[in-house]
Amino acid sequence: MPKPAVLCGRALTRVYQTGTVTIQALRGVDVELFQGELVVLVGASGSGKSTLLNILGGLDRPTSGEVLFQGRPLGATEAEITRFRRDHVGFVFQFYNLIASLTAEENVALVTEIARDPLTPAAALELVGLGDRLRAFPSELSGGEQQRVAIARAIAKQPDILLCDEPTGALDSATGVRVLKALEQVNRELGTTTALITHNRSIESMADRVLRFADGRIESVIENATRVAPEALQW
Amino acid sequence: MVIAPLDRKLLRDLWRLRGQALAIALIVASGVSVLVMSLSAMQALSDSSAAYYERYRFGDVFASLKRAPLRLREELEALDGVQFADLRVVQYAILDMETVRAPVMGRLVSLPRSGDPVLNGVVLRSGRLPDPLRPFEVVVGEPFAEAHGLGPGDRFAALLNGRRQMLEVAGVGLSPEFVYAIGPGALMPDATHYGIIWIGRDALAAAYGLEGAFNDVSLALRPGHPASAVLPALDELLASYGGIGAYGREDQPSHWFLSNEIEQLRTLATILPAIFLGVAAFLTNMVLARLVFIERSEIGLLKAFGYSRGSVIRHYAKLVLVLSCIGLLIGWATGFWLGHWMTGVYGQLFRFPELIFAPHPNVYLLSALVSVGTSLIGVLGAARYAGGLPPAEAMRPPAPPVFRHSRWTPARLVAWLDQPTRIIFRQVLRKPMRSLFTSLGLAASVALLVISLQWMDALDYMLEQFFVDQQRQDATIGFVEAKPLRVVQEAGRLPGVLAVEPVRVVAARFEAGHRSRREALIGMPADAGLTVLRDRDDRRVRVPEAGILMSDMLADVLGVGVGDQVRIQVLEGRRRVLELPVAAVFRTSIGMSAYMNLDELNRVLGEAHTTSMLQLAVDPDHIESLLARLKQLGAIGSVTLKSAATDMFDQTIGETMLVMVFFYLAFACTMAFGMVYNNMRIALSERGRELATLRVLGFTPAEVSYMLFGEAALLILIALPLGCLGGLGLALLMAASFETELFRVPVAISAATYGWAVLIALGAAVPSILLVQRRLSRLDMIGVLKTRE
Repeated sequence: MPKPAVLCGRALTRVYQTGTVTIQALRGVDVELFQGELVVLVGASGSGKSTLLNILGGLDRPTSGEVLFQGRPLGATEAEITRFRRDHVGFVFQFYNLIASLTAEENVALVTEIARDPLTPAAALELVGLGDRLRAFPSELSGGEQQRVAIARAIAKQPDILLCDEPTGALDSATGVRVLKALEQVNRELGTTTALITHNRSIESMADRVLRFADGRIESVIENATRVAPEALQW
Repeated sequence: MVIAPLDRKLLRDLWRLRGQALAIALIVASGVSVLVMSLSAMQALSDSSAAYYERYRFGDVFASLKRAPLRLREELEALDGVQFADLRVVQYAILDMETVRAPVMGRLVSLPRSGDPVLNGVVLRSGRLPDPLRPFEVVVGEPFAEAHGLGPGDRFAALLNGRRQMLEVAGVGLSPEFVYAIGPGALMPDATHYGIIWIGRDALAAAYGLEGAFNDVSLALRPGHPASAVLPALDELLASYGGIGAYGREDQPSHWFLSNEIEQLRTLATILPAIFLGVAAFLTNMVLARLVFIERSEIGLLKAFGYSRGSVIRHYAKLVLVLSCIGLLIGWATGFWLGHWMTGVYGQLFRFPELIFAPHPNVYLLSALVSVGTSLIGVLGAARYAGGLPPAEAMRPPAPPVFRHSRWTPARLVAWLDQPTRIIFRQVLRKPMRSLFTSLGLAASVALLVISLQWMDALDYMLEQFFVDQQRQDATIGFVEAKPLRVVQEAGRLPGVLAVEPVRVVAARFEAGHRSRREALIGMPADAGLTVLRDRDDRRVRVPEAGILMSDMLADVLGVGVGDQVRIQVLEGRRRVLELPVAAVFRTSIGMSAYMNLDELNRVLGEAHTTSMLQLAVDPDHIESLLARLKQLGAIGSVTLKSAATDMFDQTIGETMLVMVFFYLAFACTMAFGMVYNNMRIALSERGRELATLRVLGFTPAEVSYMLFGEAALLILIALPLGCLGGLGLALLMAASFETELFRVPVAISAATYGWAVLIALGAAVPSILLVQRRLSRLDMIGVLKTRE
């Protein structure tokens, strides 16, 4: 029996108008993210994967089409969408976007304070292997550590969906692997549905499914029979 | 014309920063306009008076006496340093003006038989000098003529030594001696109730029995001879003719008021512009530092292309130069306009034939130098940092801002705060100097608001204390000569009079150690109820049986306190010298008098029971009939109505003050707005990324606003009490520098004034919050997050 779809996009298009230039970023995309799966989105720059992720996460709105969360439309007002992000979605970006004035633990607490059923900040940081760096400020952490704090911050509220836009893009391979391990572990242990954008094709093998993007459309979907552990990835 | 690419960048930078740049330019403009206003008004007063004094031969030394023969001229002119003497008859008399219900006081000044006076010339504004053949033709002072609608050919009645006499106006004039024409005992010029009348000397001398004599002298001194060197010899010469002490030009009442005003303008030109320009310099620094930070990579690029350190510094300095020049131009225009207005206001108080408002170029030059100079100082740090950035480093992204655990923040307090509040506190503490200066700048605007609003309090307090609490009489009558005490009973029978108290005023010189002061010594009955004096603890003090009751201002001047011995040389009559202890000190904001027991004063003067003034409490329903009766009494030299004095005060000072308060409020609001707006724009620029992150994490716009505006709110919260304190400090400073021998500006700031200052400052912060809120709501979450800072 197939797992239920947590998040689903129907006939999504997105047109950007900058000055006299019109950019068709999405040209009618249908997509479903199932409970507990890890999906990797790949494709050339400008193929529409980030636009899709932003729309699915409620950071952007489609020009047409709709997004359903657990079978219900996301809502039309800014307040409803903010509520959706707050309660159900975790984001991780290429740049860590930590609050410089808060420690690792406090950066996570920022989210747990407003979440319904969060992990403790310490537990979330423990999960990404930073249990001993709770009181460090971002300026005292390495790039990989900062990204793992960002992941801990994203998962601490136990979101239904975790959306990651090139989380390893700014990291060397060893550090990248540590970050991927953290993501994989969260996905496995907490059952968080995870979508991950990458330019790195070797990451594809750790996914349940791979969505390949080209020119604003999903060109193909590949289902991996088995997931390769991040430690075994090479790039 | 080809604009260099860097200059083009400069213009676009300015356009992009227009809101912030304008806010700073307006603060510079406020400082410049106060500077230009005060300096140009000061210049108008001092230039006009210098020219006037010289052209119309304003005297150097003045003295009044009882009576001396005209042949004394030779001896006077033989005094060392004296060039020539002008001998006159001067008398106070009651005028009966149809236009006014109260008796009006006239100062009658004799004119020579022919031609203009040797000193203190009369400037004819209309008509002519009196015809020597028509003894009761007069020239009237211009303000007086205006107040009563008098012109050549008009007639009015005067009581000359008790005899009613019609006077005919031949001309209307002005004199350097009466630029500020203030009547005896008055606080400010009141042309309705006091006027100068020039009349032929023969008629005046005949009316007062002074034929062949004079009772007033002005001297012109030879260049290089100070008045102080001539005064003792003159006093000695006039002593046997009833001289009551000569004084130099600096103590001449009109000149004294004028030079005090000029001094106050000088103070104004120093304190306020310094505050505005200091704040502008700080803001410039803050905005530029942020601009340089954002443009690091561009600076690196420029340097990589071969632009020198100097050209980078010049580029940013130019930006500031343009900004402060915009402020300067606005400031010049407003300052010119305000200066012109203020000179016009002065023109009503200080009467010149021509009050020339033509600010010297140096006023503009000085303000340019000061404002551009301080802005450039403000920019020094940021521009030097930009110039010093090595190209490679400049093009690398900046390291994340460093935060550390501070030993100063107690862990328990931190644990108690939620994360958004921690962000606010850490932001404030990370740049403590910037936070401090922002708070200080805001505090300065609150302080300015307090200082502008508190003048009203000071005035109310002064009037309340002086006119309501201290001086309880409704009218004061002055006699031409001291009268026996039985006039008290006679006055008591006048219509409407409820109470009468005699007062004896004698000119005296008070001395303690090497300090001395010429001041009135006032004799008052021990049980006086119409003059109520209080000590510094607000306890009522009465005239002692022995010793003197001295005003705190005089006690301060002489450096004496209760129990100290003071030497008092009476300058009238038998010129007794008294050695008396200070029995008590009373507090006052107006005047520098000293009181003693009336009987005791008469006894030590060796004179019978006499009085020179009467203070009356009057039934308000009968005031009209009393005034009508007083107009007919011959022996009276002056009548002063308290209501006239307070009305005048309210009218003249109140109106002028309202306009000034309005402008200072506008300036202070500009500063509060500029401070908050720049601070928040920079905070938004620095923390846009962080705020976008918070929105992504699911924080609502209101929660994100809390984190941004919370910082501003915290700084404002710190600024408010600081500003109130600063306002008090400024008020004390200004009161001290505005203090004159006649007024001590009290510092009596009411709670409401603090409240208003705080409310207005908060109100001025609101538009900047709204403007920044609008930008915050347009924050591009995706754009910010996907790019490196």
